[in-house]
Amino acid sequence: MNFLNGIAASSGIAIAKAYRLVEPDLTFTKKSIDNDTVEIDRFRAALDQSKVELEGIREKAKVELGADKAAIFEAHLLVLSDPELVSPIEDKIKTDKVNAEFALKETADMFVAMFESMDNEYMKERAADIRDVTKRVLSHLLGVQLVNPSMISEEVIIVAEDLTPSDTAQLNRQFVKGFTTDIGGRTSHSAIMARSMEIPAVVGTKTATEEIQNGDLVIVDGLNGQVYINPTAEEVERFKSEHAAFEAQKAEWAKLVNEQTVTSDGHHVELAANIGTPKDLKGVINNGGEGVGLYRTEFLYMGRDQLPTEEEQFESYKAVLEGMDGKPVVVRTLDIGGDKELPYLNLPKEMNPFLGFRAIRLCLEEQDMFRTQLRALLRASVYGNLKIMFPMIATLSEFRQGKAILEEERQKLQAEGVAVSEKIELGIMVEIPSTAVIADQFAKEVDFFSIGTNDLIQYTMAADRMNERVSYLYQPYNPAILRLVKMVIDAAHKEGKWAGMCGEMAGDEQAIPVLLGLGLDEFSMSATSILKARSQIRNLSKSDMETLASEVLQMSTTEEVLEAVAKATQR
Amino acid sequence: MAEKQFKIIAETGIHARPATLLVQAASKFDADINLEYKGKKVNLKSIMGVMSLGVGQGADITISAVGGDEQEALASLEETLKKEGLA
Repeated sequence: MNFLNGIAASSGIAIAKAYRLVEPDLTFTKKSIDNDTVEIDRFRAALDQSKVELEGIREKAKVELGADKAAIFEAHLLVLSDPELVSPIEDKIKTDKVNAEFALKETADMFVAMFESMDNEYMKERAADIRDVTKRVLSHLLGVQLVNPSMISEEVIIVAEDLTPSDTAQLNRQFVKGFTTDIGGRTSHSAIMARSMEIPAVVGTKTATEEIQNGDLVIVDGLNGQVYINPTAEEVERFKSEHAAFEAQKAEWAKLVNEQTVTSDGHHVELAANIGTPKDLKGVINNGGEGVGLYRTEFLYMGRDQLPTEEEQFESYKAVLEGMDGKPVVVRTLDIGGDKELPYLNLPKEMNPFLGFRAIRLCLEEQDMFRTQLRALLRASVYGNLKIMFPMIATLSEFRQGKAILEEERQKLQAEGVAVSEKIELGIMVEIPSTAVIADQFAKEVDFFSIGTNDLIQYTMAADRMNERVSYLYQPYNPAILRLVKMVIDAAHKEGKWAGMCGEMAGDEQAIPVLLGLGLDEFSMSATSILKARSQIRNLSKSDMETLASEVLQMSTTEEVLEAVAKATQR
Repeated sequence: MAEKQFKIIAETGIHARPATLLVQAASKFDADINLEYKGKKVNLKSIMGVMSLGVGQGADITISAVGGDEQEALASLEETLKKEGLA
């Protein structure tokens, strides 16, 4: 069989050679050797190969990332020629008659331990540099290839077990045509990234990394959730024409770029986009986004070894606000923890990270970090229509504390003579059931709600969205979820506030009719889903959908709801 | 032996980039070159040695060189320190 079934995570079709983003096996055994001269030569050859490789990476980094980021590779190169590292290894090979792998590992581990034991953060990080360099030399000794995603220079399909945020940050959008992973679902990080990068992806194939070798021709069918390995000529042709058909459909939707999102009976809703970096703005504008409904600021904090400065953050926020040209931009304050780690914060591992010390909980504790972000946001506020929201709010007291800190920073800035917008709306993400249940109380104090369905569903159903074995419990159309959504929307409207949604559900074809009927004001989704959603909404009647919504709220299962939606949207 | 003392004025001390530059400069010479700080002496041609000292702003360091090109080595290192605003 030459195809794998997975979950269609990002639409479109890609055909290219496979690039495995899989760490090679670097295990080895300790061996006694007879000829130390040969062994030392082998070690020196591996050092030389590593140097050549690192020089290549350094040159490429200089061009693509700038001399600043390339400097780290300069340091790595020096480690490779460090006499304090190289001589002890060669001595060990000579006197202990052990293989180069063992001598290298033992010596390097000693340095790693030394740097790790220092009480200076900077020094501790140097341990990681030594580990990195050692891994490279070891790979040459063992004759295996390390992965260097930043070195990709031709069109590829990435094949990985899973993609972490820092993996995706390193991927070159020019060459990465699509990807497929062993694990993950529609709401896992890799899937969200694929949609924001507008490249096809199939996740959760279970065996992609086993079945696909480097250089295999691969078709990623992100429409049907299938991956073809070394397809026949006929299959390639078939997918080329499907790709063309998909592009034609997209061209049809593209005609709606400058159109309003209005139902057939004249009701307007706002279709906004979820973004991660200012780079995503182009997609928002090309796809006719009426605003940014969720700016995930955590990407500013990832793929680096220290917190971003106020200035760096200010520049990013300003770029997004200016880029949206007065259209609303909802910025979510730092949502780190859970599946998103920041190694340099040195947070302890938790048994249940999704239920742990994360997002607003972390920010209220690490106030310096939080205040820096708020100051950057307040300073940027004069460049557009900024709205701020706090993630993971579970109690009113958390919201009040966050709001008080924001006000303090506003006053400080104003005292310093810095201009700050007077009309910044302050809202919260509704993703914890306790907050949805007393949304009426929150509605009196917040300016808006944005329902984060990925987490709301996970917390309501008590099902880890990273765990495939319980993925059947990820049920957006379950009446329990729909009732919570209704409570939040009704609570907002009662106080004259607005309610949006920024989870995956907001862009879901089957959920949109119900959400429209429930009165949702703003739908924030992957930019690539906007035009399709607009096309759909323009053909729906709000009053019909209200009838549908009141019906499904009285149903008992997901299946009944889906059936009712199908019926209602056919007529 | 050639030897000279310096006071580090750079805010970052001798961290990643400065350490790299110093080690690169030292490695060009045959002389044995050492860096001494707080009574600890390391090989100035060893990046790990230099970084392990954790030389910060305001530190008093001593650089010494022994060998045929010791004078040139010391002069070159002094120039690197000055050019990079380290000392």
